[in-house]
Amino acid sequence: MANALVFIDTPGAVLKKSSLELLTIARSLGETAVAVAGELSDDVAKQLGAYGASTVYLPSGGDLGEYLVGPKAAYLAAATTASGATAVLLDNSPEGKEIAGRLSIKLNAGVITDVVGVEADGTAHKSVLAGSYTTTAKATTPVAILSVKANNVEPEPAAVAVSPGTATIEVPADSLDGAARITARTEKPVSGRPDLSEARIVVAGGRGVDGDFGPVEELADALGAAVGASRAATDAGWIGHDAQVGQTGVTVSPQLYISAGISGAIQQKAGMQTAKVIVAINKDPESPVFEIADYGIIGDLFDVLPQATAEIKKRKG
Amino acid sequence: MEETLKIVVLVKHVPDAQFDRHINGPGNTTDRAESILSELDEYALEAALQLAEERGGPKAGNEVIALTMGPASAVNAVKKSLQIGASSGVHLSDDALAGSDAAATSLALAAAVRHLSADGRPVDLVLTGMASTDGETSLVPAQLAERLSYPQLTFASSLEVSGSTVVGRRDAGSFSETVEAQLPAVVSVTDQINEPRYPNFKGILAAKKKKIATLTLADVGLDPSQVGHSGSWTVVESADPRPPRTAGTIITDEGDAGIKLVDFLAAQKLL
Ligand SMILES: Cc1cc2nc3c(=O)[nH]c(=O)nc-3n(C[C@H](O)[C@H](O)[C@H](O)COP(=O)(O)OP(=O)(O)OC[C@H]3O[C@@H](n4cnc5c(N)ncnc54)[C@H](O)[C@@H]3O)c2cc1C
Ligand SMILES: Nc1ncnc2c1ncn2[C@@H]1O[C@H](COP(=O)(O)O)[C@@H](O)[C@H]1O
Repeated sequence: MANALVFIDTPGAVLKKSSLELLTIARSLGETAVAVAGELSDDVAKQLGAYGASTVYLPSGGDLGEYLVGPKAAYLAAATTASGATAVLLDNSPEGKEIAGRLSIKLNAGVITDVVGVEADGTAHKSVLAGSYTTTAKATTPVAILSVKANNVEPEPAAVAVSPGTATIEVPADSLDGAARITARTEKPVSGRPDLSEARIVVAGGRGVDGDFGPVEELADALGAAVGASRAATDAGWIGHDAQVGQTGVTVSPQLYISAGISGAIQQKAGMQTAKVIVAINKDPESPVFEIADYGIIGDLFDVLPQATAEIKKRKG
Repeated sequence: MEETLKIVVLVKHVPDAQFDRHINGPGNTTDRAESILSELDEYALEAALQLAEERGGPKAGNEVIALTMGPASAVNAVKKSLQIGASSGVHLSDDALAGSDAAATSLALAAAVRHLSADGRPVDLVLTGMASTDGETSLVPAQLAERLSYPQLTFASSLEVSGSTVVGRRDAGSFSETVEAQLPAVVSVTDQINEPRYPNFKGILAAKKKKIATLTLADVGLDPSQVGHSGSWTVVESADPRPPRTAGTIITDEGDAGIKLVDFLAAQKLL
């Protein structure tokens, strides 16, 4: 019997860092099992074993990738029951939270979203109201469901690797009837930069870039960073909406967030205030972003960013 | 023309994010003074109004019902929705609801949706915001869909209904999906879907004549123990204001700020 069950939707060819983080947290709660919805390669199975997963559940019947949320939640409910786990961990993506939501009703289990830390007794830590409060919360039900934000623990393999057993779980057939179907999927062009939600460093631009993300992108590339943006910049069409950081965009908690030409409205802060170090470059000394900056530069981003980029290149040789 | 629709829009009354917000209520609940209609629910209302208008509006028999659950003051979210253009409003209000978590909230809202379907004309579509701007869990739409056994098409950035099929686009990290479901369905929409309209003078006058029904738990067939703190599956054990970030170093660019920035990053071991 497992104590914790980690849901990894589509593991791909190699596990994402956020999945390794979930496995690391799960191990701190006890014996860990994993449920995947997509295909499981031998390499990933090995990696799961290295992180201490004793059992991997796989779906049989029904291609879960064709449906949105409902059938995945039904499958995960069956896997949870089979595993005996009292804690289910998912990533904090929109779909992760929604699977958590439907799963909770099936299992009569409390859900806590946006978790940044979990204690051994299941107490979850989170940050709410755009980062203005930190709270601790707990599920009062036999099973607890936690969706966990990326970048809050260091992934750590188990002291002893195991070779996980696999078990198939029948996808409840009635869960497919009437579920929302995905009828088309278009991949977005890949940038070659790190994934925004998981990046260690983010360089973000706002209305102040005035249509030219060049200096932001060049600094990002010198630092190996992801590129982010405010809603003003994405609404203007200067950069894709996937780059938007904030309440209605991506939430990031990187080691370093460099904000350039962004005023620091509450909805922008909601998405980046948990960054370890915040640097702000803004022409206006009254900008609210300076209230949360560890290092603030009152200046023109078109001077400061290219100079910093050149200096980094020089030092890195 | 397309068949007419009966749409319920979930509107939440939330503390205005322009002011400082506080957690100081019983059971670590949020202070609800200075509250407004959640901005993210305005997109759901706009989407509902557009669907109704494409089908000839209220005159043709389309209904856009704004539903809120919350204390007495929450009726203001419904009033604002009526001014913007909803055809009628429903306020589910009961002292026992205070402190409900997402699971208990979805239970109460599901009961209210069933109640609204019981007049002989079933609800076709429940539209919601992508998240409440206070709780921000995005759990309620999924939990509601599960409780009602409806398909969910969530985080839609476009939306069309033809016949009994609803189609929307959903943008996930590295790809964009087209999702299709049959009515009745729960659809949550993002702030990318439309530009919400503002109430105009005519709308404000018209709203005064529109009906707001107040429902109690008994009206929707629930027992007080099923909601509020006793019906919730989670507890908030502590809530602490985050200490303000310690004031950092602020410099004014004198021509070398880019280099000073790199010095700072090097000192923080971030290069
Ligand atoms: C429901 C809702 C949800 C929202 N969600 C989000 C969200 O997810 N993310 C988000 O970011 N916003 C969001 N917003 C919008 C948010 O309220 C702000 O409007 C937005 O963040 C402003 O973007 P900005 O800082 O780039 O623009 P502005 O506020 O216009 O600031 C531009 C800044 O650039 C500075 N500047 C100009 N030129 C230069 C230069 N050459 N060098 C240096 N500095 C310069 C200016 O001094 C100014 O401070 C949301 C709003 C609502 C109502
Ligand atoms: N008390 C409530 N009354 C009406 N609608 C609500 C309520 N709580 C949540 N909702 C709806 O559910 C959506 C998501 O909220 P949440 O799950 O709290 O992030 C909101 O945008 C609303 O449309």
